[in-house]
Amino acid sequence: MKVKLKVKRSNPETGDSSYSKYEIETENSVTLLDALIQVREYEDGTLALRCSCRSAICGSCSMRVDGRARLACRAKVIALTRDNPEHEIVVEPMGNMPVIKDLVNDMESFWSKMRQVDPYIKPEGPTPEAEFRVPNEAMIDLTHVMNCIMCGACVSDCTVLEVDKNFIAPAALAKAYRATADPRDDHEHDRLEKLSEYGGIWDCTRCNMCVEVCPKGVAPMNRIMQLREMALEAGIKGNAGARHTGIFTKSIEDGGRLNEIWMVPGSVGMFNVPRMMKEMPGALKMLRAGKLPIGQVIPPGFPGSHKMHGMDRVRNVVRKSASLKPVKAEVKAHDA
Amino acid sequence: MAVYEHDVLVIGGGLAGMRAALRAQELGADVAMVSKVHPVRSHSNAAQGGINGPGLGEGGGPWEEHFFETTKASDYLGDQDAIEILAREGGKEVLQCEHWGVVFSRKDDGQMAVRRFGGMGKARTFFVGAITGQAILHVLYEQLMKPAVHDAMRMYEEWFVTSLIVDEGVCRGAVAMNIRTGELHAITAKATIIATGGLGRVYEPSTNALICTGDGIAQAYRAGAPIMDMEMVQIHPTTLKGSGVLITEGARGEGAYLLNKDGERFMEKYAPKMMELASRDVVSRAEQMEIDAGRAVDGCVYLDMRHLGEDVIKEKLEEIYEIARDLVNIDIAKELLPVLPGVHYIMGGVKTDIDGLTPMPGLYSAGEAACVSVHGANRVGANSLLDTLVFGRRAAEHAVPWMQGKTFKPIPESVVENDRKMIRGILDRPTNGDRVAKIRRDMGVSMSANVGLFRSPDKLVAQQGELKTLRERYDKVGVEDKGSVFNTDLLFHIELGYMLDCADMIATSAIERKESRGAHTRLDFPNRDDENWLKHIVLTKQPDGSEKMTYIPVTITEFQPEERKY
Ligand SMILES: Cc1cc2nc3c(=O)[nH]c(=O)nc-3n(C[C@H](O)[C@H](O)[C@H](O)COP(=O)(O)OP(=O)(O)OC[C@H]3O[C@@H](n4cnc5c(N)ncnc54)[C@H](O)[C@@H]3O)c2cc1C
Repeated sequence: MKVKLKVKRSNPETGDSSYSKYEIETENSVTLLDALIQVREYEDGTLALRCSCRSAICGSCSMRVDGRARLACRAKVIALTRDNPEHEIVVEPMGNMPVIKDLVNDMESFWSKMRQVDPYIKPEGPTPEAEFRVPNEAMIDLTHVMNCIMCGACVSDCTVLEVDKNFIAPAALAKAYRATADPRDDHEHDRLEKLSEYGGIWDCTRCNMCVEVCPKGVAPMNRIMQLREMALEAGIKGNAGARHTGIFTKSIEDGGRLNEIWMVPGSVGMFNVPRMMKEMPGALKMLRAGKLPIGQVIPPGFPGSHKMHGMDRVRNVVRKSASLKPVKAEVKAHDA
Repeated sequence: MAVYEHDVLVIGGGLAGMRAALRAQELGADVAMVSKVHPVRSHSNAAQGGINGPGLGEGGGPWEEHFFETTKASDYLGDQDAIEILAREGGKEVLQCEHWGVVFSRKDDGQMAVRRFGGMGKARTFFVGAITGQAILHVLYEQLMKPAVHDAMRMYEEWFVTSLIVDEGVCRGAVAMNIRTGELHAITAKATIIATGGLGRVYEPSTNALICTGDGIAQAYRAGAPIMDMEMVQIHPTTLKGSGVLITEGARGEGAYLLNKDGERFMEKYAPKMMELASRDVVSRAEQMEIDAGRAVDGCVYLDMRHLGEDVIKEKLEEIYEIARDLVNIDIAKELLPVLPGVHYIMGGVKTDIDGLTPMPGLYSAGEAACVSVHGANRVGANSLLDTLVFGRRAAEHAVPWMQGKTFKPIPESVVENDRKMIRGILDRPTNGDRVAKIRRDMGVSMSANVGLFRSPDKLVAQQGELKTLRERYDKVGVEDKGSVFNTDLLFHIELGYMLDCADMIATSAIERKESRGAHTRLDFPNRDDENWLKHIVLTKQPDGSEKMTYIPVTITEFQPEERKY
């Protein structure tokens, strides 16, 4: 088949940045990586990309394909052009990380964030003579996370990282889950405390992008949600994220709806005046627009607080949902 | 340009390299590790099936059994002093990995589970689903990310070693290119450990990653270190047609069948006792005979996993399930998977003793690049990962005390001149109409055709001629990319040079060994000949550039060679 490629090029030595177009003849069964290798080997030797194993285990070849991060070795050309055989496949380096040359990203920030979460188990006490006895379910659960090949796709497309470079981002947080949830590790509590700080588990906006682009079904966002639950269970609530979750739930349980007036103080802390002052302009705007119902000025849980009609039904729903296991975002199997 | 100085330089960031680096640092040395790809991209992560753990708990089984089975599988070419060490110390290494955090699969009682692998009398292979190598590699890298280790060890990630530095017969480090800048540097050391992995890409197709180009083996050869057992190339029984991607032996360990076109479990004819789990050389030959006899479909036999059930497949063989689905669009839970034998592993390599030391002072080797020899003429599945860990550690344990207390004179910057000239030569050359990729493909395809599973003298001689022509083409071909930053075009060119050296050594040794043993099958000498060939073939480059061939007797301690039946 004929394959049309439009590849983003950047040359640090000349400062040039442009797109190169290639049109090659290949077998129907090729992957995008095969096609790029063919270009590099037979059309244009100056094209730089990383690749090694060709079977989605080394994690070298992630790049943006038609705008989405994925492994070139897992993308079938035929699937990319299914809707339109004339489609020109757009290939670009990953996002959120600087580019060294063409499709090669500098992944130093990826690795330094990985190091930031202490990504290894820290057992205390004497080393056992034999192996640690641990349940197989725990090992299977962790194996799914160890399945991460550090390709960087989730980091590339993380929407939080795009606006906040401090965010530890999905891959390292998934790795943090691996260490925290390992029954052999003895530092669950202090790990969770650290992870609850700014840049950590509460900064994820649950956009699900990392789950969708992960080629290995690691579902980083689900790991982040698991860490949140573990943190709450461990009583680590002295942070905006946990408090936000708390006031949110309380507000619904008490009055059946979100109490906009008390969300901010409830999240940032009742006595955090400077932080609340920062929110003032927004609050005034909302007030003017009639979005801060004055009827809710009594905080949730206090006598006289505003109650919705049919509160027993609401409480029923809350009770029921609390007993449910968290719904995990669906891990999509890649068709291509 | 700068000269970097260290106590120990480890070349390679795979399992052998990382294990050596971790141990050398633990012993107090100033360690540097250099790798042409980021360490977690190393090919060790491709190991799916598992790692043997002789002597470790109930699962690992008595180490003596492993010692015997490995010796037998090696077709008695393995050195028994080395195999004994592998068997005695192997369990401890696997245990160390578990303590570091490898998420080994468990039994109901929480102990580590085992599966069966080929060539072994019973189940003794520990595993992490179908990502054993990756899981171990990543956990070793976790250890390297510990602040105390990370801050103290110098990691040259994405640096490409171009040659070894030899000063008055002692290895003193290596010349390497920082791939990000294109600059050459001397990284000097008091001891150097080559852990650069295999050379599978010398053949086409191959189960190996594109980076497995035999660099370290060729560099050691060029530096004058002896290279041993190069004719012993393992052909794995189950690979995918075209891409050569591996389907782990773990599949057969879990009970998968091999069927021919008529649906017959043909291993009954070749290895009635161990069937699909006979030694790899035996199974591959059986498949090829079925294929040659026309009992194949499209040049392939079938791997049948349907009866294992979806649960077993999803839990224990998920990686294969995905590979088959993504690469050949087959659901292994419901359909037969076409497979054929493919090049997989080099038993030979840089000759070392049981401490990883080569005959050249200061130069060590471990892992697939090395030949200790524990694998002899045929490697048992799940023994390679073990080999990387045991001998990676041992190399460090010998190198550190050896270099401590010795004084070394400084190495001048000018040692990089040779390589600089070599690189300038490549960059300045016009492409001459030929291409590195074409030469590499012609080499790979001809090696598969002429130095593959069944070897005949005429084809072997023809291949030597072919390799000569290829080298002439190589000397003339240039590259398109003339830049400095991340010039992969240039790196492939240099790698092809190493591959040609390795191909030459394979062909030369294969012509020399006039018998059939393990992976080496000569149609003109179909039997094993212990009287004449119970010995290693060793190739050494002489200072004048010529090649010297010598023999080294096999070390036999416990087990006298006997006929191998499965
Ligand atoms: C598909 C597959 C499946 C396998 N399954 C199993 C299994 O189940 N069990 C088992 O025991 N074995 C298995 N093996 C074999 C085993 O994985 C390898 O033999 C082993 O991992 C090799 O490890 P290593 O550390 O020696 O080399 P590698 O892991 O290959 O590492 C080599 C290192 O050297 C570096 N390097 C190379 N050249 C240079 C250079 N010029 N400059 C700088 N750095 C360089 C590379 O960057 C890399 O870091 C399998 C092999 C394959 C191909």
